[in-house]
Amino acid sequence: MATATVSGDRQKELWRRLGEVNDPELDEPITEMGFVERGEVKGDGSVEIDFRLPTYWCSPNFAFLMLDGVRKALDQLSWSPAYRVKLHDHMFAEEVNRGMEAGKAFGDIFAVLAEDQDLGALRETFAMKAFKRRQEALLRGLKAHGLTDREILGMDLPAYDVARFEPGEAAKQKPRYRAALLERFPGRRADEPVFVTWEGRPVPPAALSAYLAELRGVRINMEFNGALCRGLKQTRYKELDVVDGEPTLVDFIMDRVPVRVAPTA
Amino acid sequence: MYRTPEGKDIFIVDGHTHFWDGSPENQKNIHGKQFIECFYAYHTGLSPKEQLWEKSKFEKYSADDLYRDLFIDGPDDVAIVQSTYLKDFYKNGFNTIERNAEVAKRYPERFIVNGAFDPRDGEKALEYIHFLKETYNVKGVKMYTAEWNGASKGWKLTDPDAYKCFELCDRLGIRNIHVHKGPTILPLSKDAFDVHDVDHAATDFQGLNWIIEHCGLPRLDDFCWIATQETNVYGGLAVALPFIHARPRYFGEVIAELLFWLGPEKILFGSDYAIWTPRWLVEKFWAYQIPQDIAAERGVQLTDEIKEKILGLNAARLYNIDIEAKKKALASSPFSIAAE
Repeated sequence: MATATVSGDRQKELWRRLGEVNDPELDEPITEMGFVERGEVKGDGSVEIDFRLPTYWCSPNFAFLMLDGVRKALDQLSWSPAYRVKLHDHMFAEEVNRGMEAGKAFGDIFAVLAEDQDLGALRETFAMKAFKRRQEALLRGLKAHGLTDREILGMDLPAYDVARFEPGEAAKQKPRYRAALLERFPGRRADEPVFVTWEGRPVPPAALSAYLAELRGVRINMEFNGALCRGLKQTRYKELDVVDGEPTLVDFIMDRVPVRVAPTA
Repeated sequence: MYRTPEGKDIFIVDGHTHFWDGSPENQKNIHGKQFIECFYAYHTGLSPKEQLWEKSKFEKYSADDLYRDLFIDGPDDVAIVQSTYLKDFYKNGFNTIERNAEVAKRYPERFIVNGAFDPRDGEKALEYIHFLKETYNVKGVKMYTAEWNGASKGWKLTDPDAYKCFELCDRLGIRNIHVHKGPTILPLSKDAFDVHDVDHAATDFQGLNWIIEHCGLPRLDDFCWIATQETNVYGGLAVALPFIHARPRYFGEVIAELLFWLGPEKILFGSDYAIWTPRWLVEKFWAYQIPQDIAAERGVQLTDEIKEKILGLNAARLYNIDIEAKKKALASSPFSIAAE
């Protein structure tokens, strides 16, 4: 039983870490998108990951960013396990898997595939989109709460932290926006406004409507991909059915991980 | 013809349809298999349950299926059938002009057949454009910039070879250039569905109409920006429209953006048949209203008059379809009588 608990704790930790990896294009956790088909802690503590994207054609640089994220997540596991990550059914799966097995650095494997792509710039673009999308959810949430534009735009971090939302998009994005803000502006003082543009400029209350319209454009694009990817993933691999969220402790103890839940109609 | 619940007849031009063969027999390699599977995933992911097809029918359907789904069960009056060759993936091509022209010959009043060419073929592409004009008298072409061609995994509208082709199209009166700009897939580093090349090409070729299929989604903001500046850029609703079923509020946001930026004259209906059939799309679109808060924020409404433009009048203008004459011709067509 003690062993089962240890392995259960490790499974939990594994899924928690994987859940922190986002699809960079959608800003949604890869575990929620169902891209991690299998994540298993073996008896010897080593970890095996099977990773599958919604289409064979997904851009390799997006695949790279996610697999790189998975690797970083695995490197942070408390028991420092050996691990194997396998990409399935992607047009470059073979090259990627071979490279990974040969112990090649990720950058080297993908440099060949991604030609002249500047992944640093791509990361920056995605970070900006995530920042904007999360921010929009909070701005709309606060407006729906009845706060005036002036109140919202004058909000500082302590005020932000005590705000409470009904379950929904704003509630979900609240900690995520906080993280994005502090990552973007690490030296931010607590009394500075929470809602500024990606460039760090304040938004005048009179300009909030126009600014929200701009943010909505960002979200519309990201949602399009998200909805499409979910649909494609569901259809393409419905025979396997993906892990939906975090398994519970019971599942780990009963060795039922990953749980394969039938989609709810 | 679509008859609304209020009894009004609406003329429908379906701007984006296909007559493909994605069957295993025609697949050249794994890429061909994966390509049609990706389409099938779109189909199953966004269609109402009762509209789903078997995989085998989806891979290869008959000319009769096509005719029935568009014009008998479906409300289309005229369908623009696009060509997408994908010769690196399919032995006889995926959706060639020969195959399209064959079915159009049986029902000449119903179809407008568009060609396709690949600028990377250089001189041969120019010869081929002449061939398309002389043989099929095409009025439009479909450009699939992510198409593979040997070592190349895609091209841009602004490539010098592409410009030579567009100059020729302009000279020959091939006015309607449908460009696929949709979800991000390959090729690799260069995003072949990035919409910025449209900006340059549309500016440099004012005599051509640039119809951007899928409205550039998921790059709607870029697309809107370009289409607002360029008077000759249009948006095709294929792939955006099916969200009206799965995620109606989301569709409301998309159409509100398009109406705000492009206006009602520059949006074109397209079913993307056989990924989706037109009947349910037209019915749902006619019944649709943009949610109040979104409409208020953008200051736009989807009125009946605007719907009529999107469903047919706009495309009819681009393709010089005389609607009254066409109605008469269709009324005397034995097929439409047989159907009713």
